[in-house]
Amino acid sequence: MVSELQQRMQDSFREHVDEEYIMDCMRCGFCLPACPTYLATNQDETHSPRGRIALMKAMRDGDVVWDGSVADAFDMCLGCRACEPACPAGVQYGALIEETRVAIQHAKPQGMKEKVMRKTAFDGLFADQNKMATTIKLVQFYQKSGLQTVTRKIGFLNLFPPFMKEMEGVLPAIEKKKERVSSLKPKTTKVAFFTGCLMDTLFQETNRKTIKLLEWLGAEVIIPREQQCCGALHGHSGELEKGLRNAKINVDAFDSNEFDYIVNNAGGCGAFLSEYEKHLQENSKYAEKANQFSQKLIDISSLFIKLGMNARLKEMRSEDVAIVTYQDSCHLRNVNKIFLEPRSLLMDAPGFEYKELIDAGSCCGSAGIYNLLQPEMARRILI
Amino acid sequence: MNDEMIQSFVRIVGKENIKYSKAQLLAYSYDATANFQSKPDLVISPKNTEEIVEIVKLCSKEHIPIISRGSGTNLAAGTVPTQGGVVLLFNRMNEMIELDEENLTITVQPGMITLDLSTYVEANGLFYPPDPSSMKISTIGGNVSENSGGLRGLKYGVTKDYVRALTVVLPNGSVLKTGGKLAKDVAGYDLTSLLVGSEGTLGIITEITLKLIPLPVYKKTGIAYFNSLEDAARTVSSIIANKIIPVTLEFMDRGTIGAVEDFMNIGLPRDAEAMLLMEQDGDVELVQKDIQKMIEIAVAEGATSTSIAASPEEADVLKTGRRVALSALARKRPTTILEDATVPRSEIAKMVRAIQEIAIKHDVQISTFGHAGDGNLHPTCLTDVRNKEEMIRVEHALAEIFEVAIQLGGTITGEHGVGEMKAPYLEWKLGESGINLMKQIKQSIDPLNIMNPGKIFAKETKTRLVIHNG
Ligand SMILES: Cc1cc2nc3c(=O)[nH]c(=O)nc-3n(C[C@H](O)[C@H](O)[C@H](O)COP(=O)(O)OP(=O)(O)OC[C@H]3O[C@@H](n4cnc5c(N)ncnc54)[C@H](O)[C@@H]3O)c2cc1C
Ligand code: SF4
Ligand code: SF4
Repeated sequence: MVSELQQRMQDSFREHVDEEYIMDCMRCGFCLPACPTYLATNQDETHSPRGRIALMKAMRDGDVVWDGSVADAFDMCLGCRACEPACPAGVQYGALIEETRVAIQHAKPQGMKEKVMRKTAFDGLFADQNKMATTIKLVQFYQKSGLQTVTRKIGFLNLFPPFMKEMEGVLPAIEKKKERVSSLKPKTTKVAFFTGCLMDTLFQETNRKTIKLLEWLGAEVIIPREQQCCGALHGHSGELEKGLRNAKINVDAFDSNEFDYIVNNAGGCGAFLSEYEKHLQENSKYAEKANQFSQKLIDISSLFIKLGMNARLKEMRSEDVAIVTYQDSCHLRNVNKIFLEPRSLLMDAPGFEYKELIDAGSCCGSAGIYNLLQPEMARRILI
Repeated sequence: MNDEMIQSFVRIVGKENIKYSKAQLLAYSYDATANFQSKPDLVISPKNTEEIVEIVKLCSKEHIPIISRGSGTNLAAGTVPTQGGVVLLFNRMNEMIELDEENLTITVQPGMITLDLSTYVEANGLFYPPDPSSMKISTIGGNVSENSGGLRGLKYGVTKDYVRALTVVLPNGSVLKTGGKLAKDVAGYDLTSLLVGSEGTLGIITEITLKLIPLPVYKKTGIAYFNSLEDAARTVSSIIANKIIPVTLEFMDRGTIGAVEDFMNIGLPRDAEAMLLMEQDGDVELVQKDIQKMIEIAVAEGATSTSIAASPEEADVLKTGRRVALSALARKRPTTILEDATVPRSEIAKMVRAIQEIAIKHDVQISTFGHAGDGNLHPTCLTDVRNKEEMIRVEHALAEIFEVAIQLGGTITGEHGVGEMKAPYLEWKLGESGINLMKQIKQSIDPLNIMNPGKIFAKETKTRLVIHNG
């Protein structure tokens, strides 16, 4: 007898997960070596793109019974889409996993929804014995699972407004916005913080920690209220006009002599923000302001360094308990030419041994500062 | 499989090395072969030969099928557990054991990825030539068990030409060591050769010693396009007749060229009927001379345009084009069925022509590429398994292709193996006495039929087709 949940799941997979996309997969296995979860689980096919696609098909066809192990296989996927460029058959894996998540979310009993979205891959990965090797990979995933994915997700979702709603429905509850952080001690450096639309919602925790770190380094952090999404998403999807509208709003929002720097902590945004000047240079009203904006703009690693973070980190001696590496955000590295800064911070951070990753710049893992902001996570992986 | 039985396996390898969740059993129910799927009862990752001996003894006692599985990239349903049983993985047996630079051998565990091995030996100035297109993900154990070929087969041969010694756990649990780091060895039957290409049906390979050769210092790649298949085929024959043995002499037909171009956008001419990719390696002088000569021959035989890659990067682009041929074709339709009918080199044009006619006759879409130098073609059928009526036509077309290949003095599979998929056609090639001898061999080594049952030997042979060519 097919249980009610099973039936619901199957129906939902049939409704939401595109059979044609699934059929594109010829099961050649070329994607396996590209998939971080496959490698970190010591080659568990269940946690590979090919395995997940087979599970999607099996859910549709009723060949597998929905249970925790099936849910896990999908949850563990980081959505990093490293499998896509590796796939010669052009399987649109990103779309498939999105659809799968929607399918699951629809059919899952209420109350479980949030769990589906939030559950991190790491739960399952901890089990691996080969911890040191895994750590390197994990930190790398962590970055991969960050902004870039979400940016793509949103790009994708923009095309399908109903999906967007679905996704938003399961986003973590947003903390009350902290508008202005003032500190009791007089501060020397004043920093205006660019929150970024995604960073502000999905990665609020990251923003909070970024601000905390800035304050710890003695800066005063201001979050201009009127700011908007940087506009990169529009710009990259061929709607530069709309992107420039945001640019103007932001230039206005940050137009103040009050602060010394405008900082952002997402490579993708940073690249577009740094191009405001270029895009607005013909505009008599905004050219000067945009120039000011760009002058003050700085990426988070560089600012941390300017605020003397290296020395502070060095003071905090502790034995190396983990190996960390850094994978460049493509935009940060390729557009803004930030290369040494994040590395130098990681090298000085206590408790880690830094090792350069082969091909660190080849695939764009965004949210490069993430591992720095999440030392507990990096440590937890070791336990 | 009942809990008690699972516990017995847990006692051998530890519970973290056993998989049997619903998702896991599904994830090991398929390989790269279209239209075959069946779940195992258990998936086990042993650590060494000793653990495998224990596993085999238990399976033999309980009559449980054992399906050895590398990366599951074979194209003959060789790792689909169609009779259930335990899937053995080698993900914990993927180490290099020894590189012996005096004897020019490398000894590895079967789970090592082919590309890792190749990269490793090349870093040491040595060379392991067999390079299946899947080398980035295939395992050495899989390569040995399928006797895989690759793009360099014409000059350097295939996997079997490099296997020097094997450690194998036989179905009765005994450990057999064949061969050695020897260039010569005629002590008894050549058991190494018997095991190479045995597709997991005779035993479990746990250690492999491979022959290496010095890394060629230089290589060069050229390309030629033709307006007719015959011109391309004549070029192949003429190159060999001129006593040039290139490393690579690869062929793509029009359909394949178009698909690759769609995928890679590297400027291949879509209107060409055929393309030949040629590569030579060795000493600088010889390579230059050979590649020049091959291009001259191509032009003389009617090539419409030719070029020589100016840089290794350019050569890589061309070679990648050929490597991705199958996958690029796969984009065209939901299901891809890749065959590897092989004929004597001299019959290539006839074979490709026949394939095209068969495709038209049965109204199916087939593009062909392959290793022209060694007559190993890959007619690739683009179809949709969900369309039952079309699948019947596909089956007829493929059967006809096998038949024509055999009539031309060829075989039903040149490098992919028989597995379960081609088992019903094996007798066409071997004849009754061939099949019977093989059955006797299998019976004496694996009397309980626990080693990858259902593979190579079919319950029933397909009735042979009667084809009148012309
Ligand atoms: C896109 C693509 C391109 C390909 N190109 C080529 C090519 O150019 N040339 C070529 O020859 N093949 C090619 N293949 C086929 C396939 O990759 C090869 O057959 C390869 O050798 C299989 O390796 P594997 O590790 O995936 O083995 P699997 O598919 O896992 O197993 C293959 C067989 O070996 C047996 N086996 C595996 N390990 C052991 C062991 N330790 N002991 C005993 N038996 C074992 C299995 O039971 C099975 O019968 C291609 C496949 C794909 C999908
Ligand atoms: S590489 Fe693409 S076609 Fe091949 S198994 Fe992975 S997703 Fe499927
Ligand atoms: S998106 Fe990333 S984690 Fe998910 S299957 Fe693809 S490569 Fe693996």
